[in-house]
Amino acid sequence: MSKILIRGAKVLGGEPQDVLIDGETIAEVGADLSAEGAEVVEAAGKVLLPGLVDLHTHLREPGREDSETVLTGTRAAASGGYTAVFAMANTFPVADTAGVVEQVWRLGKEHGYCDVRPVGAVTVGLEGKKLAELGAMHESAAGVTVFSDDGKCVDDAVIMRRALEYVKAFGGVVAQHAQEPRLTEGAQMNEGVVSAELGLGGWPAVAEESIIARDVLLADHVGSRVHICHLSTAGSVEIVRWAKSRGIQVTAEVTPHHLLLTDELVRTYNPVYKVNPPLRTERDVHALREALADGTIDIVATDHAPHPHEDKDCEWAAAAMGMVGLETALSVVQETMVDTGLLDWAGVADRMSFEPARIGRATGHGRPVSAGEPANLTLVDTAYRGQVDPAGFASRSRNTPYEGRELPGRVTHTWLRGKATLVDGKLT
Amino acid sequence: MQRHLISAADLSRDDAVLILDTAEEMARVADRPIKKLPTLRGRTVVNLFFEDSTRTRISFEAAEKRLSADVINFTAKGSSVSKGESLKDTAQTLAAMGVDAVVIRHGASGAPYRLANSGWIDATVINAGDGTHQHPTQALLDAFTMRRRLVGRDAGLGQDLSGRRITVVGDVLHSRVARSNVDLLHTLGAEVTLVAPPTLLPVGVESWPCEVSYDLDATLPKSDAVMMLRVQRERMHAAFFPTEREYSRRYGLDSDRMARMPEHAIVMHPGPMVRGMEITAAVADSERCTAVEQVANGVSIRMAVLYLLLGGSETALTQARTTEEK
Repeated sequence: MSKILIRGAKVLGGEPQDVLIDGETIAEVGADLSAEGAEVVEAAGKVLLPGLVDLHTHLREPGREDSETVLTGTRAAASGGYTAVFAMANTFPVADTAGVVEQVWRLGKEHGYCDVRPVGAVTVGLEGKKLAELGAMHESAAGVTVFSDDGKCVDDAVIMRRALEYVKAFGGVVAQHAQEPRLTEGAQMNEGVVSAELGLGGWPAVAEESIIARDVLLADHVGSRVHICHLSTAGSVEIVRWAKSRGIQVTAEVTPHHLLLTDELVRTYNPVYKVNPPLRTERDVHALREALADGTIDIVATDHAPHPHEDKDCEWAAAAMGMVGLETALSVVQETMVDTGLLDWAGVADRMSFEPARIGRATGHGRPVSAGEPANLTLVDTAYRGQVDPAGFASRSRNTPYEGRELPGRVTHTWLRGKATLVDGKLT
Repeated sequence: MQRHLISAADLSRDDAVLILDTAEEMARVADRPIKKLPTLRGRTVVNLFFEDSTRTRISFEAAEKRLSADVINFTAKGSSVSKGESLKDTAQTLAAMGVDAVVIRHGASGAPYRLANSGWIDATVINAGDGTHQHPTQALLDAFTMRRRLVGRDAGLGQDLSGRRITVVGDVLHSRVARSNVDLLHTLGAEVTLVAPPTLLPVGVESWPCEVSYDLDATLPKSDAVMMLRVQRERMHAAFFPTEREYSRRYGLDSDRMARMPEHAIVMHPGPMVRGMEITAAVADSERCTAVEQVANGVSIRMAVLYLLLGGSETALTQARTTEEK
């Protein structure tokens, strides 16, 4: 097997070290390692992280291959420094059976850019009425551990309770898209000062917070763990903080866009800023950053949601909700968390690799950068600054809110079990 | 003056006063036997209506024709829009036919803004009402009506509405008329009070440049004009208020309530009125109610807006004046 020597990288942002990859594993980490028989990657000044893990990706295949496929989505993931992604279940057909999740898992394996861990639907057809065969999906080759009706809320308290209980049998977790449906009928953006002016239907913070409050209490009652998708409000942070202080097994994710953007951008009526949950206020953004820093929010997840051009090149109300995020996530986290001093690179490794892998039980991912571990690694040029150019995306879709925005950091190399998927910023 | 008219909030005080003054000039045209100016001869204006609105469309059409523009009417019903054609394609199709201005009415808030700012077409865009966002020409015609009645037709020229107390009553939440009026009346120096049940006020209204009250009776004696907004009966099905009767008891304008207004105060309504709901027939038909006058003023205002945005030459107006004086 081939050897690769990554020379002089700041491992997790620490002192420069050499990392030797031999085959699929990290053979040695230390100073002045021998380059004999190894391909050398000069990494002076760059930061080496464990391969990133995204607990919340939409790969769109099967069904919406016009916006993304497992191939294009995993190429985008590799390009953004990811070595594992959890593919959400809202495909066509819905990933609510062993057959569909195995198909998605197998496609990821064949393409080889990034491990694809399918998320199974909680309920049949995401309809919130009847539990899907969660056990069958877990026992399938895909080995599903995360279940979510993402895009829709499991709003029926009894169904949610049963799902939380049921997946305990095999160590699963339910990831809730917290959105009280009646409070968000016709919702187009965050409800507040801006929505009042723009005349767009409001998506109130309470619609998210009330579901999170209910679900942490349910999780407590039945002794299950629950994961909160794309937490977006200051109030949600307070509820999760309270739940954690009570010892409730809750974990939460925040998206990069909720760490950076606010609903003021909606004043342009440009649907590139239309997303669910919606962009919130400055106050929420600050609360989310602090919560990610202090660990109340466990992880960053992209909610990478590709949409074809025509679904965004229209009036606001007609546009689809969602943003692509895999290829800009790390840059946004550097901008909002690292360059602001809220988090160091070890913290980034924790929030974007160790913790998401632990929550999703992604074996072999989110491991320390040390000898004997799988060589899932990401090398980042943190000194880089550049404008986001969607034309260069590997994703099939271009619906990024960051077009033309200057962001720091660039992933130059990604290794999946020792195999380079990205070299000098170019996919292999 | 800006190139487009999307929101009443985009107008400066001087812009707004200029439009009102120009509308007074235009109103004279209506008094002449031949109600036509050559100003927009050879210019094409399309009325792009994605929502039913006979009165607004006819008002714009009358204004366009009085300025001698070529007028194309496009209504979404029965058109390619119902077959799934996008706003962008529709707009570009019309633009390809060489239009100078697009007057757009759309059910989606922000659609006119998108049309003006997305590089889809290169024409002046005039918002004729978008979703629950804005209806700037309605606010202008309301301000025009107020200035005429409260300041005076000639005395009002060059003046704004400083110190006038305007009360807007009803379904503010779903009303583009209320939003436009708050913005414009504030710019013109008026003091605006919104009166509605709390369910029909948007979250965030506290940041608007106006007062908010839940008590109509307390507000009426302090009002120079009371504008009643239409309240659709179907709102009560979404629990915005319990019943029609309770709504009119608490927020409807009847003769008793009208009597509490100062003697000079006027009653306004953007139409269409729901008689028996927000306004009784007796009030609607009283001399203090300016609903019909507002419709007439709407044509003058829209003429003024088209004239100013399409850069109509000053001479056209002067000529009109000279002809009139002869």
